[in-house]
Amino acid sequence: MGGAVQSWNPLWACLASLVAVVPIVWFGKRGMANAREGATLAAGVVKFGLVLSMLPLVLGGEVVECTLVEITPGLALAFRVDGLGMLFGLVASGLWIVTSVYAAGYMRGSKEHAQTRFAAFFAISLSATLGVAFSANLLTMYVFYEMLSLATFPLVTHHQDKEARTGGRTYLTYLLGSSIGFALPAMIFTYVRSGGNLDFSMAGVLAGTVTGGEGLVLLLLFVFGFAKCGLMPLHSWLPGAMVAPTPVSALLHAVAVVKVGVFCVIRVVTGIFGVDFLRELDVAVVLSWIAAFTVVTSSLIALTQDNLKRRLAFSTVGQLAYIVLGVSLLTPLGVTGSALHIAAHAFGKITLFFCAGAIFVATGKKYVSQLEGLGKKMPFTMTAFLLGSLSVIGLPPTLGLLSKFYLVMGTLQAEQPWLLVVFLVSTILNAAYFLPVVYRAFFPSPKVGGGRPEKFSWAAVEEAPLACVIPLCVTAGLAVMFFVVPGVWVELASSLVGGLK
Amino acid sequence: MVEQLPAIVVLTPMVAALLVTLLGLRRRAWCFPVVIVGLGATLAAATGLLVRVYRDGPVDYFMGGWEVPLGIGIQLRVDGLNALVLMTVAVVALIVGVYSFRREEDVKVPAKTVPFYTLFLLLVTGLCGITITADAFNLFVLLEVTSLTGYGLVAMGSSKRGKVAAFNYVIMGTIGASFILLGTGYLYIQTGTLNMEGIREVIEAQDLFGSTTIVVAFILMMVGVFIKMAFFPLYGWLPNAYSYCPSTTSCILAPLMTKVSIYIMIRFMLGIFGAEYVFQAHATAIVVWLAVLAVLAGSLLALAQVEIKKMLCYLIVAEVGYMVGGAWLANHWGMVGALYHIVSDAIMTLCLFLGASILWSRLKARRIDDLSGAFRKMPWTMSAFVLGGLAMIGVPPTSGFFSKWYLIRGGMEAGRWEYVVVLLVSSLVNAILFFRIIEIAYFGKEPAESHGGAHGEGDVEERVAAPRVRLVALWAAAILVVLVGVFNGELVSFIEKGLEGIPIIGNVGGGN
Amino acid sequence: MGFLTQYVIPHFNFWIYVILLMIGLYAMITKNNLIKKLIGMSIFQTAIILFYVSLGAKEGGRIPILTGEVLYAEKKAQAVAYGGEAAKGDAADLPPPMEKESDSADLDDGDLTDELLSYGKNFGDDSDDDDDEGIIDPDAYANPLPHVLMLTAIVVGVATLGVGLAIVQMIYREYGTIEEDEILAKVKKGEGKYG
Repeated sequence: MGGAVQSWNPLWACLASLVAVVPIVWFGKRGMANAREGATLAAGVVKFGLVLSMLPLVLGGEVVECTLVEITPGLALAFRVDGLGMLFGLVASGLWIVTSVYAAGYMRGSKEHAQTRFAAFFAISLSATLGVAFSANLLTMYVFYEMLSLATFPLVTHHQDKEARTGGRTYLTYLLGSSIGFALPAMIFTYVRSGGNLDFSMAGVLAGTVTGGEGLVLLLLFVFGFAKCGLMPLHSWLPGAMVAPTPVSALLHAVAVVKVGVFCVIRVVTGIFGVDFLRELDVAVVLSWIAAFTVVTSSLIALTQDNLKRRLAFSTVGQLAYIVLGVSLLTPLGVTGSALHIAAHAFGKITLFFCAGAIFVATGKKYVSQLEGLGKKMPFTMTAFLLGSLSVIGLPPTLGLLSKFYLVMGTLQAEQPWLLVVFLVSTILNAAYFLPVVYRAFFPSPKVGGGRPEKFSWAAVEEAPLACVIPLCVTAGLAVMFFVVPGVWVELASSLVGGLK
Repeated sequence: MVEQLPAIVVLTPMVAALLVTLLGLRRRAWCFPVVIVGLGATLAAATGLLVRVYRDGPVDYFMGGWEVPLGIGIQLRVDGLNALVLMTVAVVALIVGVYSFRREEDVKVPAKTVPFYTLFLLLVTGLCGITITADAFNLFVLLEVTSLTGYGLVAMGSSKRGKVAAFNYVIMGTIGASFILLGTGYLYIQTGTLNMEGIREVIEAQDLFGSTTIVVAFILMMVGVFIKMAFFPLYGWLPNAYSYCPSTTSCILAPLMTKVSIYIMIRFMLGIFGAEYVFQAHATAIVVWLAVLAVLAGSLLALAQVEIKKMLCYLIVAEVGYMVGGAWLANHWGMVGALYHIVSDAIMTLCLFLGASILWSRLKARRIDDLSGAFRKMPWTMSAFVLGGLAMIGVPPTSGFFSKWYLIRGGMEAGRWEYVVVLLVSSLVNAILFFRIIEIAYFGKEPAESHGGAHGEGDVEERVAAPRVRLVALWAAAILVVLVGVFNGELVSFIEKGLEGIPIIGNVGGGN
Repeated sequence: MGFLTQYVIPHFNFWIYVILLMIGLYAMITKNNLIKKLIGMSIFQTAIILFYVSLGAKEGGRIPILTGEVLYAEKKAQAVAYGGEAAKGDAADLPPPMEKESDSADLDDGDLTDELLSYGKNFGDDSDDDDDEGIIDPDAYANPLPHVLMLTAIVVGVATLGVGLAIVQMIYREYGTIEEDEILAKVKKGEGKYG
C-alpha cells in the first residue's frame, strides 16, 4: 500500500446526503415536490462527485484518511478510504443518483403518501452507508451500522399498515437484536484482547491474541451480529423488508443495507482477524459451510416464491452468501471475487428490483405467474430484466460472470472442490428461478390471451413512466458495460489482497 | 469568593428556598424567577468547582473554618469522583426548574406552588450537600433532608395512590437512613472520627481489615444505601413512589435520587472503607450477582408494564443494577463505567421522564396504548423521547452506548460473563420496550386498514403543541444525551484522573 | 453463664438497642395500622439514638462544659482520648489504642496543634494519654460529640415522624381508613389511581 493522504473529502462525501435533508424537508413542507427531488438529485451528484474525486488517489495505491473526533480514549471516529471502501462507496453513491430518479417516478406513479419523509430518510440512510464504507475502525463502522438500521426503519414501514408493521418489527428485531446481542460484545471483546485497538489493518488486530475456539466464537458472533449480511438462519428480515416501496427494496435491500452487512463481514475477516491469522486458526471453514448451506437453501426457496419481490429477496440472500463464502475461502482470488461480487450483484439486482417496481407501477402485478406476455407490452423493462438476471446468474455479457469466475477460481485455490460444486448447483438454480420469468414474458404459453377468465385488460398496459424506465435501462447498461471494461472494479477489489500470498 | 464555592453551591439553593417562601407569600409569580436564578447560580458554582478540580485537583473546604482534628469540623470536598455528579445534579435541577414553569398542579391548586418550589429547592440543597460532603454524619443529615423533601414532593400530588406510595417510601427510606446512621456509629466507635478520609486513614493505619466492628459497619451502611437506591431485592418502594407522584416531581426524583445514592455507595466504598478493604472479600461476587438479578428483574418487570412511567421506573431498577455491578467489578473500567453511567443515566432518565410527562399532560397518555399516533400529534416531543429511548437501548453515539461500552469492558476484564450477558439482555429488552412504544406512536394502536390515502402530506391540523418552555427543557436534555455521548472521552479522562492513585481500580490493570 | 458475663453484661447497652431496633423493625414491617407502623419507626430511630448516647457516657463523667480558651484543648483531647477509650472498651480483637493516638495527633500538625501544645506540656508527646495530666482530664467528662450528633438525629426523626403523620392524615382523608389491608383492597379495585 502506498501512503496515506489526509483529506476531509470522506467526511464531506458522507455528509452530503445528510445535509440535503434540510432542503428536502424545507421544500417538502411547502409542497414543492420538484424542488425536493432536485435537492435529492443534486446531493446525489455532489456525493458521487466527492467519492469520485478520491478515486485516482485510491487507484494510485494510496488511502485517504481523516479523523473526526476522539470518541473514547485511544479510539476515534475516523474515516479511511481504501480500495474496498472506495468500491462500495462508488457503487452506493452512484446508484443513489439513479435510484433517486427512479424513486421520484415510482412514488409519484403510485401516489405514495409522506414522500418528503421518504426522501429525507433515504438521504440519511445513504450517509450511513457511506459512513460504513469509509470507516477506519470497527467502532465507526458499528456506529454507522446502527444508524443505518434505524434510518431505514421508517422506509421499510413506509406504508404504515399491518403488513408494514409486521415487516418492520421483524426487521428491527433481527438487525438491532443481533447487532447489540452479538456484534457489540464481540467488538468489545476484540477491543479488550487487542489492547485497545480496533483499526482495520491487513495484519489483523487480533492476530496472535485469541485461541482457535475463541476465534471461532468471535467470528460467528461477528458474522451473525452483522445480520444485514443475511446469512441463514438470520435471513428472514430480508423477505420481510420487502413490504417497503420498491425503490427502498432496490437500493437498500439489494445494494446499500445488505451490502453493508457483507462489507462488514469482509472488513472483520480481512481487517480485524487478518486473513493470514484466520487461516492459521483454521476456523473459517465453518463459515464456508454455513454460507454454502445458505446459498443452496435460499435458491431452493426462491424457486417456490410466486411473489416477484420475494423471489428477488431470496435470490439476494443467496448472492450475499456467495460473498461471505468467497471471503471465507481466505484465498486472494476468493476475497477479490467477494469484493467484485458486491459491485456485480449490485448492478444486476438493482435492475431486477427496478423492473419489479416498474411492472407494479404499470400493471399493479406482483406475482411471477401474472407476467406472461408482458415482454411485448414493456419491452425495455423486460429486456433489462433479462440482463439483470444474466448478471445475477453469472452469464455473459455481464459483470456477474467475472465475479463468479473469481469466486470459482477461489474455491480451487483454496482446494475446496465441494464448494465449487455448491457454486455450480446454485448457478443452475439461479437460472432456474430467473429465466422462466423472462421466457414466459416474451413467449407466453398459448392459453394466455385465450379464454383466461381475467378481468385485467392487457391492452391498456404500456411502459412505466420514463422516470422509472430510464434508470433501469441505465443500470442494466452498466452491468453490461462493466463486463466490457471491468478494469476499475477489478483493480479496486484486488487492492484488498495485495499483501496476500 | 472562589474559595467559598463549595459552601455557595450548597447554600444557594437553600437561600433560594427561603426566598421563595418569603416572596411567594406575597406574589406567587415571583417564585419561578427566584427558582431559576437560584438554580442558575448553583449551576454556575458547580461549573466553577468543576473547572477548579479539573485545573488544580481536589478542593477542600472546612465549614466555619473548623478544621477536622477537633472532631466537629464539617469538611466539604470536591474531587474527581464527585465534581461530575455535582454538575449533573445542578444541570438536571435547572432543566427541571425550567420545565416546572406553569405546572398543571399549580394551575389547578395555586396554593401548592410555594410549598412545591420550597421543597424542590431544599431537595437540590440536600443533593448537592450529599455529593460534596466529606463527613459521614453530615451525609446522613443531608440524606434525610433530601429524603424528607422527597417524601413531601411525592405526597403533594393529587393522586390518591401517590399518598400510599409516599408512606411506603417514608418507611423504607427511614429504615435505609437509619442503617446508614447505625453504621456510622460503629465506625465512630472504632475510629473516633466522622471524617471520611480520617476513618479510612485509621482503618489503614491500624490495619483494621479484620475488625468485626468495621465489617458490621460496612454491611449496615451498604444495606442502608442499597435500600435508598432501590437495589435488588429492596426496590419495592420505587416504582409506585415515582410513578404516582406529580410529573415534575418524578422528573427531578427519578434522574437524581438513585444516581446520587449510587454515588454515596461509591463514596462509602472508596472514601470510607477504601478499595483494598472493599474488594478484599468474596463479597464482590455476591453483589455482582445481585446486580445481575437486579438488571434481570428490572428488565422483565418493565416488560410487563402497561403504563409508561411504571415501565420507566422498572428500568431505573435495572439501571441501578448496571451501576452497582460496575462499581463492584473491582476493576478500573467497571468503576469508570459506573461513574460515567451516573451522569449518562441521569441525563437519559431525565429526557425520558420529561418526555413522558409532556405526553401525559398533553395527550393524557399514561398507558403505552394511549400513545397511538403520538408521532403525528407531537413530533418534537416524541422525537426527543425516542432519542432518550435509543440512549437506554445503547445506540451510538448516545451516552447510553458508551456507558455500556465501559461497563461491558469492565465485565470482560473482570471475567464476569454473567454481568456482560445480562447487560446485553437488558439492552435487547430495552429495544423491545422502546420499539413497542415507537411502533404504537408511529402506526397507531389499531393496525390501519390500508396504506396511504388517509394521511396526506403536511397533515398538521391535529397537532398538539407542547408548551415552548417544556420543549426547551426536553430538548436540552435530549441534546445533552448526545453531547455526553460524543464527548465521553473528556468525561472519562476526568473520571480516570479522579480515580488515580486508588488501589485496585485506580490503574488500568488486568486485561490479558 | 460465661456468655452472659462475657458478652451481655459488659455490653448491655448494645443488647438493649438491638432489642429495641428489632421491636421497631417488626412493627414497621408487620403492623397493619399505619400509625403503629410510625410508632415502630419511632422506636427504631430512638434505639439508634440511645445507642449513640450510650457511646458518649462514661462512668463518673461530668457534663462537658468548659469556658474560655481551654475549650480548644478540651476538644482536641476528647477527639484523641475518646477513640482510645472506646477501643479499649470494645471488642477484644482490637489492637491497642496507642498507634492511633499518635496517628491522629500526627494527622494535622497545623497551627492549632502548636497552640494546644502551649496549653498542656505533655499533650503532644505520645506517651500514655489516658493518664494525661494536661489542663483537662478527658476521663472526667462525658463525650459530648455523640450527644450533639443525636440532637440533629432527633430533629431528623421528629421531622420524619411529622411527615409520616401528615401523609397518614392525607391517606385517611382519601381512603377513610388507616388499615393497610383495607387501603390495598381499595387500591386493587382501581380506586383513585390517578388524581
